[in-house]
Amino acid sequence: MLAVAPGSMVLAGGTDAMVEVNAGHRRPVGVVAVNRVAELRSWTYDVAAATVRIGAAVTYAELMEPPLAALLPALAEASRTVGSPQIRHAGTLGGNLGTCSPAGDGLPVLAALDAVVHLASTRGERSLPVADFMVGVKRTACAADELITAITVPVLDGWQGYSKVGVRNAMVIALATACVAVDAPGRNIRLAIGSVGPTIIRCAEAEAFAAEQVDFTTRTASADVVARFGEVAAAASQPIDDHRATAAYRRHAVGVLAGRLLRRAFPHE
Amino acid sequence: MSIVDERVRGGRLGDSITRPDGTPKVQGGFAFAGDLNAEHCLWGATLRSPHPYARIVSIDVTPAYAISGVEAIVTAVDVPGQLTYGLIRQDQPVFASEYVRYVGEPVAAVAADHPETCRRALEAIVVEYEVLEPLTDPERALDGSHPPIHPDGNLIRHQRIICGDQSATGEVVVEGTYEIGMQDQAFLGLEAALALPDPGGAGVDLYVATQWLHEDRKQIAACLGLPPEKVRLTLGGVGGAFGAREDISLQVHTCLLALRTSRPVRIQYSREESFLGHVHRHPAKIWMRHHAMADGRLVRIESRMVFDGGAYASTSSAVLINAVTHTQGPYRCANALVDGYAVRTNNLPCGAMRGFGVVQACFAHEGQMDKLAAACGIDPVEIRLLNAMETGDALITGQVIENVAPVARCIRETAALPLPEEPVGGRDGDPMRLPGGAGRTADTAHIRRGIGFAVSIKNLMYSEGFDDYSTARCRLADGVATLKFATAEVGQGFVTIAGQIARSVLGVDDVLLDSIDTGVGSSGSTSASRQTWMSGGAVNAACLKVRGLMFDRVAQMYGVSAESLSIDGGDIVDASGAFRVSVVDATRGASFDETVEYRHAPTEDLDENGQGNCHTAFAFVAHRAVVDVDPDLGLVKVIQIATAQDVGRALNPLSVIGQIEGGIAQGLGLAVMEEIIMTEGRVRNPSFTDYLLPTFLDMPDVVATLIEERDPIAPLGAKGVGEPPTISSTPAIVAAIRDAIGKPIDRVPVRPTDIIF
Amino acid sequence: MSSRTESSNASADVGLNEQYTLHVNGEFHDVMDAWVGESLLYVLRERLGLTGSKGACEQGECGSCSVMVDGQLVCSCLVMAASAVGQPIVTIEGIAPVGVPTDVQQAFVDAGAVQCGFCTPGLIMAAHALLERTQEPSEFEIREELSGNVCRCTGYGRIIEAVQRVSIQRTATSASREADS
Repeated sequence: MLAVAPGSMVLAGGTDAMVEVNAGHRRPVGVVAVNRVAELRSWTYDVAAATVRIGAAVTYAELMEPPLAALLPALAEASRTVGSPQIRHAGTLGGNLGTCSPAGDGLPVLAALDAVVHLASTRGERSLPVADFMVGVKRTACAADELITAITVPVLDGWQGYSKVGVRNAMVIALATACVAVDAPGRNIRLAIGSVGPTIIRCAEAEAFAAEQVDFTTRTASADVVARFGEVAAAASQPIDDHRATAAYRRHAVGVLAGRLLRRAFPHE
Repeated sequence: MSIVDERVRGGRLGDSITRPDGTPKVQGGFAFAGDLNAEHCLWGATLRSPHPYARIVSIDVTPAYAISGVEAIVTAVDVPGQLTYGLIRQDQPVFASEYVRYVGEPVAAVAADHPETCRRALEAIVVEYEVLEPLTDPERALDGSHPPIHPDGNLIRHQRIICGDQSATGEVVVEGTYEIGMQDQAFLGLEAALALPDPGGAGVDLYVATQWLHEDRKQIAACLGLPPEKVRLTLGGVGGAFGAREDISLQVHTCLLALRTSRPVRIQYSREESFLGHVHRHPAKIWMRHHAMADGRLVRIESRMVFDGGAYASTSSAVLINAVTHTQGPYRCANALVDGYAVRTNNLPCGAMRGFGVVQACFAHEGQMDKLAAACGIDPVEIRLLNAMETGDALITGQVIENVAPVARCIRETAALPLPEEPVGGRDGDPMRLPGGAGRTADTAHIRRGIGFAVSIKNLMYSEGFDDYSTARCRLADGVATLKFATAEVGQGFVTIAGQIARSVLGVDDVLLDSIDTGVGSSGSTSASRQTWMSGGAVNAACLKVRGLMFDRVAQMYGVSAESLSIDGGDIVDASGAFRVSVVDATRGASFDETVEYRHAPTEDLDENGQGNCHTAFAFVAHRAVVDVDPDLGLVKVIQIATAQDVGRALNPLSVIGQIEGGIAQGLGLAVMEEIIMTEGRVRNPSFTDYLLPTFLDMPDVVATLIEERDPIAPLGAKGVGEPPTISSTPAIVAAIRDAIGKPIDRVPVRPTDIIF
Repeated sequence: MSSRTESSNASADVGLNEQYTLHVNGEFHDVMDAWVGESLLYVLRERLGLTGSKGACEQGECGSCSVMVDGQLVCSCLVMAASAVGQPIVTIEGIAPVGVPTDVQQAFVDAGAVQCGFCTPGLIMAAHALLERTQEPSEFEIREELSGNVCRCTGYGRIIEAVQRVSIQRTATSASREADS
């Protein structure tokens, strides 16, 4: 249908799309409802490749359930911060990607883990790294006749965690988010930050700095390294002022989050 | 249509009985105003100004009529009667005609067959505006540098209070400027009304969720050009109010469309529209300077208060009076100079919200008391006890408090309530117990815990000579009492205690509640913590009158002395105890029907020095807050609120606890998360996404003590309880935050940036 | 500075063309002449006469519209009604006959957890869903599972009390059943 009527509304959980319809900001003419297409609702774990392929219509509630939560703990943590139980039963990872808000809770995790997004259309299928998929504020590389079908997420061997700053303890848009994921055998650290730029930012400088300075075996990092990691992360952010928070606050907050996450990943001094 | 007509057995004054409308509410059968419908009913919707200040050049509705399904469109030219309305001053247009003065001001309304048709019709109406520079700074409204934005001028009211010796000094002086942001009542039951026109259009029936049926009727009738008796209002189920329904919003529009189309019309606001469509709590800037002796005793208070009333006057005048007359707080102080101003701007109109001006004053005076405590080197609780009012003390207006005034008891009993057992993060360091919650922003070591205290006084009922009264009708036949009143039940539980009063006075078990409508006299507004006193007083008086007639009848029938009779359980007995007859038997075949108006003692105006007995009665409360703070991220988690509240007499303790916990939630909201953010007259956050209400994860445990010293002036010994919980809870939480981080904070809501920078 | 607001659509007529069947509270209901963008909340309330579910925000931020769709608690304001065909839908009206409240409903009344009542149907649905999944929830589990339901009147204390009472009652009932068997 998307081939016939590009720009038709793709509807999964409705947790972003129906808000717009209810407010009269979006007038659906053609709707493609995908939330009950079986292939889009399922996920598979490829043990050999150490990846999980998650159908686009898998919900946040499903991402919080074992064994998926054990394979991708940061994604489960991020999912727990989304909205409310009602939203988590309906909202999907594909929807989070399709909306591509810089505050999208799943997105820093996908970025940190180097996820790959799979798209399909009548013209064929293609895949691209999530960093290339997320282009800007609510802008993606998805063509009007394409559908997000799945996301392949690497399973890392190492600590990972997600943090989100919001003024309220539930149902809150993030003011700053961060995901730290450690690939211990590979001796690398990933840091992705959100709500502090037009889209998710991977902090290459901070990652390189930390990888040099920490001890992966003993999981040790000095207080200075943790502090510096936070500073470099903050410097990589490009936040704006809006009615939710100032740029200065966001920059400060994301630096604090990055440092605290690194400390949890490397708890010894 | 929705008729409250329930039989409830048992339950007298002092019992924690459950509400008579509880079962339909939990089963989804209770009809709120938005659930009402009628055959051939049309939907109505309102076109609102996109500009904070503009001149209307032209309005062209013809493109909207071209849309299939549109039945009527009305603007200012279609208002048959008075063009403006208002609670104190009728300064607010039904539809803007020459100027729009706030974003969201109604310009037109349409009636159509489907809400989506209405939406498209509104978009099709062409309004040409000449956009003008809005007046958004209240100080500019005061200094005269901006031309009047309304024929009534930019100053709504100024009130000075001056008493005692203006040269009195103390060894310690502290001052501060406190800012309070705009809070929204955010009731869940969105504005809704259903209007049914009489054939021929000579009258209309309106079902609406509102706070004061008769005041609505008065204003609606004037605007429709109809006699009041032709405008019949019935209360549609109300999903919360908290002051936002005291001003009319959609009432005239709904009636006008119904009369125009000769069909039923219903209007329901969206949440965004609701934020624009009702009044809000006044944002305020309050400067205070306190002079005290070295031992902490207050000597003199000075204050300047500026309340931003927004585009239309609403109840700003009365809100201001409440604020300035409560400047001293629940403390003795003989000398004061206060200047209070309520001004008009192109910001959203402000009016009644639970606490009504005292919330703002209390945030300032409690901030001052803590500053004073620090400057004197005294404990914050001790300095409050030292200055605490008692019965017989006077406000700075000269009014002597005649009610019970257990301020010291409120303070001591609050302080005595147990502190939370669990340490920061709980025994297991569960992130859900820390600021940030599931966001996992902090570990236990990052958190500081603080404790804060605050106390308040709040006037009950209306002031400044207003002739406030409430009406109730009691009928008794065959052992069944039927009550009729126009008291708006908005969730507070008046329908519950009304039955308790009747049962206690009359000795019956079965009490029916008749429809709440304008078929009986006015009960006044459900606001100002007044209904228990006023409508409770009216129901009590009507039942007493019926009881007197019942006793007279029994005296005649049985040859006993009427004066010797009293109620014992379900029986009528005499003083000796030898005579006993059940109320059911005594009233068999007889019926009694009495309607009573209950009034409180009259109040006075304030003179030009702000002196006068302008208030009716007072209640007192103290709050203690325990708050965990993440000083590096500025996130907050309120861990516990403790309170001791002066309630006089708890007619239904369960209901009182409900008011206390609910009011504290609103106080918490103002303290840390609720604010309508306006920039140049535009609202940045008119949705629940960005106007944040406290959730289950934000609200802490509340430990409460009810202080019951029966008030001899209150008709049932009971004081109003709705507002006090909302008042000193806010400054207690802010005081706790200050305690946790060791920094001053002088505005609410407290934002993360206020904590970290 | 002048500003005009006007529409550029040639025809702004709403197409009321949708036709589908919903399965609600155990019964099939035909929906005719509907607009495609109608939410499940709108259809339940305005077309099926089931006004128990309430709309307070239309954004999924308050939970007043909570219903069960295919066994999951969701906000019906965010479900496009036409997409919910073939899925069993349960609303507040469907969980008990009128006048015969469930244990959860009765506990809300008894504990003073109802004031204006607007949030109540959505909360009842959420509380039922919680207790189906977790028989003895801790206080924090209750708070988290109900965090999608906003109440403006009660401050939540009596609601938590109501849920805890049901949990205790149900545990006691099943314990005594076990003892008897």
